Amino acid sequence: MCENHPAAPGGVGQGVYLYAVTYGGEFPRNLLGVMDGMVRQVPHAGLVAHISDVPLDRFGEEPLRRSLEDLTWVEGVARAHHRVVEALAAAGPTAPVRLVTVYIGEEQVRDLLDRRHDAFAEILSHVAGRREWGVKAYLHRETPPPSPVPAAAPGAGADSPGMAYLRRKKENLRGREDLWRAAAERAERLHAELGRVAVASRRHRPQDPQLSGRSESMLLNGAYLVDPAREEEFAAVLDGFRDRFLDVELTGPWAPYSFTSVDLGTDRAGGVR
Amino acid sequence: MTPGETPAYLPERSRGAALAAQGRLPPERVALVDLLDRLLAGGVVIAGDVVLSIAGIDLVRISLRALLGSVRGTEPFDPLGEPYGRRAAEGPGGGRESEDDLW
Repeated sequence: MCENHPAAPGGVGQGVYLYAVTYGGEFPRNLLGVMDGMVRQVPHAGLVAHISDVPLDRFGEEPLRRSLEDLTWVEGVARAHHRVVEALAAAGPTAPVRLVTVYIGEEQVRDLLDRRHDAFAEILSHVAGRREWGVKAYLHRETPPPSPVPAAAPGAGADSPGMAYLRRKKENLRGREDLWRAAAERAERLHAELGRVAVASRRHRPQDPQLSGRSESMLLNGAYLVDPAREEEFAAVLDGFRDRFLDVELTGPWAPYSFTSVDLGTDRAGGVR
Repeated sequence: MTPGETPAYLPERSRGAALAAQGRLPPERVALVDLLDRLLAGGVVIAGDVVLSIAGIDLVRISLRALLGSVRGTEPFDPLGEPYGRRAAEGPGGGRESEDDLW
């Protein structure tokens, strides 16, 4: 366990950054966390908290308020946090905690494991053996809307380029709004169908184009917790929605970030999503 | 195979295998924006005895607005503005599902 930092009561300006809680077991060694702090374990009552030391002159409330305005700083912390959580999730069921959860010392962390043991156990059993997948759907750029009536019998040849051009031109008159609405409905159906395959699903907010680098309208930013046995089915649903309405992107597998957003701050845990 | 438009991590043809076999992206290749979705709106939220948690409190919302403002670099930052409000209003169903997903 820890060499240089015994619980450090009154440790001058050192805080303890908490990444995740897991069951006991074997863990990756020499894992570096935020600000290259060595990750260490605090085992208690069958659970293990994964922590590293951080200086409070960087992670205190006031410094943090300034730091959070610096995208480079945020990215560094986010990636370090993610690196640790990923390594843990690859080893077994993991309940990541939210970015920048900082304690005064190990004693507080042990106390947390004590008081919230059952809640963490419930979270861990919910995510055990399952993986989170992200699905983002965008409105296809420059996509022609569907033809209101089937233009030709199935099996008939494709339009000639000239005909296709004229047809597109005419259909464009229906306006982008119709197209947008059709695509949005399709995205809703995609989310619903993925949700039926998943154990749990959740929507994040549409991403800001300034951060995503994509200007097309984002119609779905979903997260899905999927049993491995149903991943094939999940992929098949996705493939069924790759069409002229939607540009669909898959991300993952993720540690189950989106399905562990349980608020343990109140007396009654809100339950696992 | 259609390698052209398809992201390398998502082989078009291989259905289930596409999910099961692709494995994790190395953390440094994950898009920051996807990561922030999860790190700021996911994970266990612990309040109370925590020295500091940016979970769900105004601190992070305010700061990320500032951050987005600085990324844009043009329009003045409005601390009371909704960074996603404009898009949510345009979004399917007006972003109705999102209240409990707010940061």
